[in-house]
Amino acid sequence: MSKPKLALYWAASCGGCEVAVLDIAEKILDVAGFFDIVFWPCAMDFKYKDVEAMPDASIDLCLFNGAIRNSENEALAHLLRRKAKVLVAFGSCAMDGCIPGLANLTTREEIFENSYQQTPSTLNPEKTRPVPQFAAPEGELDIPKMYESVRTLAQVVPVEYFIPGCPPQPTQILNVMSAIMQGAVLPPAGSVIGAGDKTCCEECGRPRKEKHVKRFYRVWEIEPKQEECLLDQGIICMGPATRSGCGALCVKANMPCRGCYGPAPNVIDQGAKMISALSSVIDLQEPVEINAVLDQIADPVGTFYRFSVPNSMLHRKQPSA
Amino acid sequence: MKTNSKKFEPRIVGFLCNWCSYTGADLAGTSRMKSAPNLRIIRLMCSGRVDPSFILRAFQLGADGVLVLGCHPGDCHYQEGNFKALRRVLLLKRILREFGVDERRLRLEWVSAAEGEKFAKVSSEFTEEVRALGPLHLETGVLTQFQGEELPTQEVAA
Repeated sequence: MSKPKLALYWAASCGGCEVAVLDIAEKILDVAGFFDIVFWPCAMDFKYKDVEAMPDASIDLCLFNGAIRNSENEALAHLLRRKAKVLVAFGSCAMDGCIPGLANLTTREEIFENSYQQTPSTLNPEKTRPVPQFAAPEGELDIPKMYESVRTLAQVVPVEYFIPGCPPQPTQILNVMSAIMQGAVLPPAGSVIGAGDKTCCEECGRPRKEKHVKRFYRVWEIEPKQEECLLDQGIICMGPATRSGCGALCVKANMPCRGCYGPAPNVIDQGAKMISALSSVIDLQEPVEINAVLDQIADPVGTFYRFSVPNSMLHRKQPSA
Repeated sequence: MKTNSKKFEPRIVGFLCNWCSYTGADLAGTSRMKSAPNLRIIRLMCSGRVDPSFILRAFQLGADGVLVLGCHPGDCHYQEGNFKALRRVLLLKRILREFGVDERRLRLEWVSAAEGEKFAKVSSEFTEEVRALGPLHLETGVLTQFQGEELPTQEVAA
């Protein structure tokens, strides 16, 4: 019997997910032994035309990391959807949009203007911008077209499973891969796998008490106490709105949770849940005082939606009317 | 907005607390006061029950404005649910602003059970304010069709 086929792909991502896969250490050899790896551009030499030549639904498992922000990402999402039986949105970018998704708070034109004109080290008097097609003496060149908005994988093609995390923790990746290799029955489509089913607070272990916050601190403004809830101390910790599964790594290093494991179970909008949680702990009743405290939150959208702007209910900054 | 503002009827979702504001709205009705018919009322036990995601969902599903009405400060049946609503709305307005949604589309007001007149006034005024802002077209992000070009098949020689 031939081996099951595995594909891994990266779209708009940083490569951290690829490293996380390799971080399962020597177990990667078990994975490579069990599966026939048919496509993994980051680690092995494959061409897109190799994938196009495969029969439809011939790849058993495809781990797709990265968001969809240009025509190449989108084309590969459609191609791999067609070729894969099980398509997994792997990591925060593919699942929620993650850091690339923060681009949705601006426009493509603003990004181009900044990158190709305004940055201090840029000298571009001819105002050259990337063009999708270019006729070079050697022939026509194509580069992918950048889109106005960043999208999650599931906003572009149907997806079977979601593995959260920026990046997913190697132990969780290993859990998922071992379960698959041992022939476990797969959960219903649409499930989040390789993560917990509670909030990050469950894994944190710091004692919790009734919260009365009257001032917010940024991490460099205060030396947080190890044995006290960070939110109690006025540090914005995304734990209450974030899914468990990472082992509360940041909090254990005395840094607040940033929310990379995405919205907690049964939460649609991570930022909205955080607004709800924060509003419950601020111990003030006068609008002026409340606003003064809210002013201490330097970047509310970037804090509450750091990993989930494209997958949030508002999705992107709306064009001005 | 291109829509003719005379034709545009804003869709407004109202989250009203059971104890004060809904009773206030009821009073406005039984007293036969006139108010704008654009408000779709959802009765909740407390304005503190209004999760920010309810408001965002309303906008996402086509509301042009959202009105949250609760008991006056000090009058909350659950002691401080209305303060929770106040803090949520103040924080959510900042988020809306950054997402390019005019924060005037969300309003919180205190309406007691005796203030039928205030209910009629607030709902009519808010309707006119949202009408002036025009319809809200939220881009939801889901792509139903392939947007890009097919992949370039030719390999570029290194």
